[in-house]
Amino acid sequence: MYKLLLAWRYLRTRYIALASIISVTLGVATLIVVNSVMAGFTQEMHKRLHGILSDVVLESHDLNGLPDPQWHMQQIRQVIPDELAGMTASVHVPAMLNFQYNGNWITRQVQLIGVDRATYAQVSDFGQYLLHPENQKQLEFLLREDGYAPRKKDFPVAGWKWRRVKADYEEALLEQQRLQMQQQRATQPATDPAGGGLPATEGDQSSPPDSPFPLVNGETSTFVESQPPARILPGNEPAATPETVPPGTIPAVPYGQPLAADNEIVFDPAKEQHTGIILGIALCSVRHREEDGTVKDHFLCLPGDDVQLTLPNSGRPPKAISNRFTVVDLYESGMSEYDSKLAFIPLDEMQHLRGMVDHSRGIASVTSIQIKLKPGADLNHVRDRLQERFPAQQFGYRIQTWRDMQGPLLSAVQLETTILNILLFLIIAVAGFGILATFFMIVVEKTRDIGVLKSLGAPSGGVMSIFLSYGFCLGIVGSGVGLILGLVLVVNINDIAAGLEHLTGREVFDPTVYYFQSIPTIIEPLTIALVVVGAVGIAVLASILPARHAAKLHPVEALRYE
Amino acid sequence: MSSSSQLHFENSPSLDLAGCQVERRSDVKTAGETEPTVPFAMETRGLVKNYRKGKLLIKVLQSVDFEVRQGEFQAVIGQSGSGKSTLLHLLGTLDEADDGEVFFEGNRIDNLPATSRDILRNRYLGMVFQFYHLLPELSMLENVLMPLMIQHGVFRYWCQRRANTQRAKYLLDLVGLSHRLQHKPRQLSGGEMQRAAIARALIANPKVLLADEPTGNLDRKTGGDIMQILRTLNQDQNLTIVMVTHDQTIARQADRTVQLVEGRMQSLVPGDI
Repeated sequence: MYKLLLAWRYLRTRYIALASIISVTLGVATLIVVNSVMAGFTQEMHKRLHGILSDVVLESHDLNGLPDPQWHMQQIRQVIPDELAGMTASVHVPAMLNFQYNGNWITRQVQLIGVDRATYAQVSDFGQYLLHPENQKQLEFLLREDGYAPRKKDFPVAGWKWRRVKADYEEALLEQQRLQMQQQRATQPATDPAGGGLPATEGDQSSPPDSPFPLVNGETSTFVESQPPARILPGNEPAATPETVPPGTIPAVPYGQPLAADNEIVFDPAKEQHTGIILGIALCSVRHREEDGTVKDHFLCLPGDDVQLTLPNSGRPPKAISNRFTVVDLYESGMSEYDSKLAFIPLDEMQHLRGMVDHSRGIASVTSIQIKLKPGADLNHVRDRLQERFPAQQFGYRIQTWRDMQGPLLSAVQLETTILNILLFLIIAVAGFGILATFFMIVVEKTRDIGVLKSLGAPSGGVMSIFLSYGFCLGIVGSGVGLILGLVLVVNINDIAAGLEHLTGREVFDPTVYYFQSIPTIIEPLTIALVVVGAVGIAVLASILPARHAAKLHPVEALRYE
Repeated sequence: MSSSSQLHFENSPSLDLAGCQVERRSDVKTAGETEPTVPFAMETRGLVKNYRKGKLLIKVLQSVDFEVRQGEFQAVIGQSGSGKSTLLHLLGTLDEADDGEVFFEGNRIDNLPATSRDILRNRYLGMVFQFYHLLPELSMLENVLMPLMIQHGVFRYWCQRRANTQRAKYLLDLVGLSHRLQHKPRQLSGGEMQRAAIARALIANPKVLLADEPTGNLDRKTGGDIMQILRTLNQDQNLTIVMVTHDQTIARQADRTVQLVEGRMQSLVPGDI
């Protein structure tokens, strides 16, 4: 009884000990915040990593793939009938991506993935990272009219709407070039050969049509679809007839303009698209910071634009083949590794393009089989069983779980979390030494009282437990306050980050670095319980020595103590 | 509740020290043959206590034989450093003698294990000190209740808290402090604190009250009041009191006075003082 009473009274009257417990409070709060944020990051990262990777991947070592995917899938079905939830075949090859921006050709290296649009969504969350809401529901490699990225407010106009404007503009540009060449040719004999370059007025006339691209003219130009500039410039003289061309000269058809004879097979970019391709968002955009500090994505290429892909075919030796594709959507997972590297095209297109189809048997090979497992299935166990079925000596396949494939990254994050936890727990341990020192001080201060208690018949164990329960109470108070503080911080972390940004003028959470819109957090009850129990444990441990010292005091010496 | 009846000791005392076997004196009845006196409440035989300060050996008590009879108010006087406080501590089992024996109602107590000595101090002996030694965090009432809190566990104390509080209030009333129940020690005068200390010493209904210079830190008048209380307790409730003091005028108010001179006992007749 007296132990509790005294511990309680000491708690209420010895504020110095409360000061020493503040470090425990801060340590606990920090641990909770760090763990919640790290858990949030890790989960978000897992989600994104896993978003594109299915649970287990069987990968052929050969770029030309495994010859009979159906047989392999059947074998897999036999090996893991209970765990299997879905399967899809895909082809992964490195490729070069080419597209034109502002008149320049941009070349980038990509990892090209041929996906089966029917089954790919079964094995991964790939679809939900696409920008167009319809594509998120059902993947189609078809260009949509409009409505990309409804949640991004400054996303430029894309889709067919954009494609038409661009086609019109390019047509108008070509038309103007043709006219200009005709005029040049017509006026050439009349002008003085020593007259030099073109007159300035002519130069004005030949200035290109107003660009509809916000990218080219910056903020001054506006996007106007109803009146494409192409309709204005050629005017009512579309008959830039070959009659005006002097005889004997090459018809003034610039390179790239379809000849009249090809009219029936001409590709009209305003109405048609090439095979669709989905690009990672960072392949065709640059994230940058405006002068006013807002972060914006600057798109070099949009859904509706055409790109050129160069990829190795399956010949021996491989030759580079290239084909034109139309960007139909962008892929934004938030993992820069994926967003800046991956491009998706339909599987059958890929197989035809690379010559992976065995026409005699009607079988097309694939380079990897993605396997989705039922929830709760043991990934490593499935992997081991598949490895048994397809031994490396015989097949040369890599069979990996998604965790294996992202092993270094996952283990790096794990290590980071562990080290942070150790460091922060050291903070609490330091707080423990603070408690130790404070407690010794209190025991010395209370020496006479301890003598009195002993003279009144309090046993040594009782005296010890006064200080132990005092330490326990302090630990409870400290970690309780820390718990509340930590939880409040975690819940409001985004507001706090915003407040800090406002105060320091420095971005805490830089969106050009992180792809998250807000700081992700997860509150794990087990972690929090461990932190709190650990902090209370340290407080009690730190009070053991002073409590023993108090218990061992000689009553007479304690009573005489001045 | 009549305190006087509670404070009376029984004629056949049995020491309940949590089942610990105590050693009875063999010669307990030798003195009883000649004089029909009351038995000893406490006695010491050949008590020796030395303190060691570095290499220096300080002989504090050198074979002290001391006894106090039940219901007696005995004073021990001596100069500073004569060992009177040490004697009191040894009587109260707060310290361990180098040699000799201490008896409580015929039972040897100096060689008891720590737990039993704790119980003995808690239930059978009351102690009052020169500097009162009240716990500053607790109110007067809580200070007085402290021995009972030590004696009982949380549950038992909670069950008996009304009776306990009533007894504490009765005792505080007895020493004239009924208006100071909720005050903290620092809000009280020295005399009041000493009275509270006496109430605390009496709460567990002890058989012997050991007082170490109870008036040493008080002025003459307040000291007189304290002495008055002790005398009343001794007379009305037949409480055995051993009081240590250096003040002969204070000691004169006791029934019997012995003198300690350099660690040896010298008997005194009251007229000598």
